Amino acid sequence: MKFKVNNNEVFASTGGRPFDKKKPLIIFVHGSGLTHMTWVLQTRYFAFHGYNALAIDLPGHGLSSGESLKSIEEMADWVNDVIDAVGHKEASLVGHSQGCLVTVECTSRYPDKIKTLSLMGGAGAIPMNPELLSLAENNDPKAVDLMMDWAHGPAGHFGGHPVPGLYHINTGTMLAKSRTIQNTLGVDFRACDNYKNGFEAAKKIKCPTLSILATDDKMCPVKEGKKLASLIDGSQVDIIDNCGHMMLLEEADRVLTVLKKFITTNYPPLSS
Amino acid sequence: MSDKKKDLKPNTYKFDTLSLHAGYQPHKNAGSRQVPIYQTTSYLFDDVDHAAALFNLERGGHIYSRISNPTVGVLEERVASLEGGTAALATSSGMSAIFLTVMTLCEAGDHLVVSSQLYGGTVNLFRLTLPKFGIKCTFVKPRDTEGFKKAIQKNTKGIFGELVGNPGNEIMNMPKIAKIAHDAGIPLMVDATYQTPYLCKPFEHGADIVIHSLTKWMAGHGSSMAGILVEGGKFDWMQNDKFPTMTKPYEGYHGLSFAEEFGPTAFTMKARAEGMRDFGPCLSPQNAWNVLQGIETLSVRMKKHCSNAEEMVKYLSNHESVAWVSHPSVPDHPDHELAKKLLPNGRGSMIAFGIKGGKDAGVAFINNVKLASHLANVGDTRTLVIHPASGTHSQMDEATLKFAGLSHDMIRLSVGIEDIDDIKNDFEIGFRAARKPRLVSNQ
Repeated sequence: MKFKVNNNEVFASTGGRPFDKKKPLIIFVHGSGLTHMTWVLQTRYFAFHGYNALAIDLPGHGLSSGESLKSIEEMADWVNDVIDAVGHKEASLVGHSQGCLVTVECTSRYPDKIKTLSLMGGAGAIPMNPELLSLAENNDPKAVDLMMDWAHGPAGHFGGHPVPGLYHINTGTMLAKSRTIQNTLGVDFRACDNYKNGFEAAKKIKCPTLSILATDDKMCPVKEGKKLASLIDGSQVDIIDNCGHMMLLEEADRVLTVLKKFITTNYPPLSS
Repeated sequence: MSDKKKDLKPNTYKFDTLSLHAGYQPHKNAGSRQVPIYQTTSYLFDDVDHAAALFNLERGGHIYSRISNPTVGVLEERVASLEGGTAALATSSGMSAIFLTVMTLCEAGDHLVVSSQLYGGTVNLFRLTLPKFGIKCTFVKPRDTEGFKKAIQKNTKGIFGELVGNPGNEIMNMPKIAKIAHDAGIPLMVDATYQTPYLCKPFEHGADIVIHSLTKWMAGHGSSMAGILVEGGKFDWMQNDKFPTMTKPYEGYHGLSFAEEFGPTAFTMKARAEGMRDFGPCLSPQNAWNVLQGIETLSVRMKKHCSNAEEMVKYLSNHESVAWVSHPSVPDHPDHELAKKLLPNGRGSMIAFGIKGGKDAGVAFINNVKLASHLANVGDTRTLVIHPASGTHSQMDEATLKFAGLSHDMIRLSVGIEDIDDIKNDFEIGFRAARKPRLVSNQ
């Protein structure tokens, strides 16, 4: 579906179901340089089980218009604006990688609105490798290739996607190259590198929170994810073996199973 | 400590490694080092909720082997990885892959622009069968790049061609034709069977969908029928209103928009969800496994195929019984320079040559070679020969034969990986017979 936020058109996948204001809202926030497509193996389930599942394209990404937002704080406020724009008073947030920084910041800023928080491959800070940052800011496609390399664990490099026939390294690469790299990945990487408030923001979070981490995650290692989780009262942690940073593709089924249990328990769907 | 800047390089696996490993994780398959053959029709659901989720594309997995199968899935991912594609769908043959591609793209009333130099079965599909479904085609000679542009109509949904035409070895200028297609907002579909991804990756030159008859060089051993369509993932189905079946809500899946939901894998998802469900040209797991064995040695075999082919080109070019030789490695081949650009790792192992003495000499040659096999296939490890005018393209009338670039003296040669001297010695037997057809022919 398309709607306007701050006069810019926003695209959000609804998981194949029409948006229904009566249903509770889950917003999925993608990682650096990516799009709503990364969530396809999670959103459709929720969309068909009593939720509005909105996998958004951040401004300037995927099918959303406008320019990419330059800071995590701006993105956090923008996610809050999305909740208002679709006419809801509250939402459950799910983030991946950079999306975790955004959703942590958003939850700390708008604690009354955010009912649950699910973090995948998250950390309190994501400092960027200077050379990778430089490549992305200079529009070098090698930045995407490096990101896809580091984002997949050793097992993920072989493939074996749960959706038959889909080769996820190439799919991820195509998503990250679908818009101008310096305007998406470059801006996002800089925003991640600049963001310093993650640990302080985490301390303010009171809603039920889940962190899904992966043993072979090189971009946001387990110890960083645990450090963030330790600052959030009552946070649950689930660790996936033999999996890298792109867990929502590499181990889509496992992620969905854990996410489903957490969200349906803490933020029940509209019963049919 | 040195302040030299570290040069970062991605360590994703390269071609030869992907040929052996892509699409498969042993630790998820009882540690089996070889890809298991899942000889089964169907798969247990965990519960009713799981079943519903699978049927509704809410989660990945297998339901019924007509739609997908774990062994076939490994093959699909492996070919997608080798081509640089986002996704792939394997089928029971190359022809079914072409049919499924067209039926995923088109509806009755649509039109395609098609290269005229194609395998005879493909010509008949486009010329005779697709019109029965309301899909019309305009044929354009592969070297007539501007002709492709002129043939595009309002209802044209794509351009289709074989990169190197069968059997005349005419090469489409893929980058230029891709631009023509994209300027018109339509995809370019390329049958790259002759090349395999070892010789050419069409996505790097603008193709949007790549099709293979895996039966040929990819499987390589003449044992198994198989086909595949691979998606490049770059084509934007939502850029215009030409592809409503990709962009509009699809009743068959609760109003799903394939383009919106699956983006760079939308075409493959639709081909599987709709095409395999409704037409059902599924690949057997045994055949998928056989093809996987072939792909493991693809680069090794292709090098030998190509070196043997270049030796045969030299041999034939200097032979007194040969009127002409067509192979992109020949310097005076009209597409020699284009071939160097598009086929940097070798120009392929398909040779067309004209035998002096015309049809009778051709028949005598075919009937007398002993090592080379006379059959309707290409891309076997063994050397294969056929006389297209009386075999693969025999259902064409004179005018169609001429338009397709065929002549009665043409022999199609698929060079195998035998010892090159043995192939040449065998051809000497054939040529001797061709020079005295009435005395030596075993007819």
